[in-house]
Amino acid sequence: MPVSKATLTRIQEVAARYPSKQSAIIPALWAVQHEQGYVTEAAMGEIAQALQLPPSLIEATASFYSMFLTRPEGRHDVVICVNAPCMLRGADEMKDYLQRALGVRDGQTTSDGAITWHSTIECLGVCGGAPMMQVDHQFEENLTPERIDAIIDRLRKQPAIHGAAATPAATDPKKPQAVPPVKGEKVRSGAEGARARGKRSQA
Amino acid sequence: MGIKRVLTKDFATENLRQVSVYERTGGYTGFKKALEMQPDDLVELVKKSGLRGRGGAGFPTGNKWSFVPKNAPRPTYLLCNADESEPGTFKDRVIIEKDPHLLIEGMIISAFAIGSCPMAYIYIRGEFYYGATVLDAALEEARAKGFLGKGIFGSSFDFDITVHRGAGAYICGEETGLIESVEGHRGQPRVKPPFPAVVGVFGGPTVVNNVETLACVPFIINKGAEWFKSFGTPKNTGPKLYCVSGSVKKPGVYEFPMGMNLKELIYDHCGGITGDRKLKAVIPGGASAPMLTADEIDLPLNFDAVMKAGSMLGSAGIIVLDESVCIVDAVWRLAKFFAHESCGQCTPCREGTNWMESVLDRLERGEGRPQDADLLLDMSDNIGGKSLCALGDAAIGPVISSVKKFRDEYLHHVTHKSCLPETKRYRRLDMAVAAH
Repeated sequence: MPVSKATLTRIQEVAARYPSKQSAIIPALWAVQHEQGYVTEAAMGEIAQALQLPPSLIEATASFYSMFLTRPEGRHDVVICVNAPCMLRGADEMKDYLQRALGVRDGQTTSDGAITWHSTIECLGVCGGAPMMQVDHQFEENLTPERIDAIIDRLRKQPAIHGAAATPAATDPKKPQAVPPVKGEKVRSGAEGARARGKRSQA
Repeated sequence: MGIKRVLTKDFATENLRQVSVYERTGGYTGFKKALEMQPDDLVELVKKSGLRGRGGAGFPTGNKWSFVPKNAPRPTYLLCNADESEPGTFKDRVIIEKDPHLLIEGMIISAFAIGSCPMAYIYIRGEFYYGATVLDAALEEARAKGFLGKGIFGSSFDFDITVHRGAGAYICGEETGLIESVEGHRGQPRVKPPFPAVVGVFGGPTVVNNVETLACVPFIINKGAEWFKSFGTPKNTGPKLYCVSGSVKKPGVYEFPMGMNLKELIYDHCGGITGDRKLKAVIPGGASAPMLTADEIDLPLNFDAVMKAGSMLGSAGIIVLDESVCIVDAVWRLAKFFAHESCGQCTPCREGTNWMESVLDRLERGEGRPQDADLLLDMSDNIGGKSLCALGDAAIGPVISSVKKFRDEYLHHVTHKSCLPETKRYRRLDMAVAAH
């Protein structure tokens, strides 16, 4: 699938913000991944052409960074953190629950193509809301089995936020229409979260 | 309780992310004041304030700025390090998402002080997608207001900021790894010297500052160095964000002056230990900081005091471990993290971190050997100080300290082929659950 004109234009715009075209490689990979859901070798070739760089440079950079996908996955991406701060708050139990609920192993995609999940040792930077997982671009904190069930239900019904299956309105990451509320706040609206916040603000 | 909040004082204000609301809370006044001043005087002011980098190393910010040569042949660049990825650290995201203009204002002032800086980049980790959109929206507003762009407020100062998203690599938080990544390369750290202040990104002098450091700058300009020094002690000044995670009743980000007492923070402000269990250990400065035992925590959290206690304040990512936690399991996870994040450039770090991980793994699986504790110390000795950047040194912090302070627990894993009886609460990470 060729990269769209809009994305290629976007890549040129971004490149103008750096004194070196090579700097636009990572933003370009993001732009393509947001459009198509992953970055194929052919797409890397197109990026190379757009930036007038050898394709090997694009691939050399892309292969270093763990967030660039090179093959299609499920419509939604779920990553659960199991590093020490999350483990201390029951991440292993939540990971096991997630695995049972989805019925597929770490790194696999559910049979309906809705969710690809994996656990990660790479801290996601939300230790205060542990156990937590990243759902597409959103952090879901203070997980419980009930919350995981609700998230899975929601995702099974939702279209992908990026890639061919996404709705056009959701594919442009550079145009946030309005600033949405802080996700941390929203998910911490449970009784425990509210209690914790209330006490902290008095401290 | 009489604690003055600075960085987080307006966090409860609704729509703080909008420039008009931020201005109502006193925002962008420091920036206007700074434009009237001489850049050198601004650097002096920040030096006098005693501000030390909040990213981990605690290097004096004003000094860092003054290392930038005058009249360098290439433009100078300011890089904001928002690649917050160290396990236990989660303070910068809060500033970015709640108060993006504070960071932007700090960056404008800093760039003006450093001089001949046409562009700054905010290197934000790829996972903080939402934070990046918040920053992009805030930057757009700042441009519309004329705070960014050509000839800011009729001066000859041209300056803009670009958000540069990372894509999942902890090593890009190391300043030269970050520079490589901004240049579009693999994030492998460079040999130093030359230091970034002399030759950094795009061959120009470069200053790399952490989000929280830059967020302190507007307050210093507005209220002065003496006011800033009224927080903390003479060598450790200013307000500080502490991230508390793990076995506490109320984890989260807390703001206190530099030098907050660790014990008081855990027991008085974070509600004490989960389930009122006994405290076992505390990692005071993110995953790379050596552990402190329960009787070592009555200490002020500032760079010098924590170092004196044999650990480091680092990013003030405080991870609390209670008595039901298996130390070997916790350290194994941290070791696995560093093995995963080693960029692969230097052999001692690339090979050593993986070996340490596998030794810890076999100990935890009950296949450890009597010499393993000493083997871990020996390996640490062969990793520390033997590679280009500090990732290897970071990896050995929790390993050495835990072997020294909890050697009995390590030995128990060898002799009994299992964890201590009271620490069997946690399942193993790789213990497969039958798919159905």
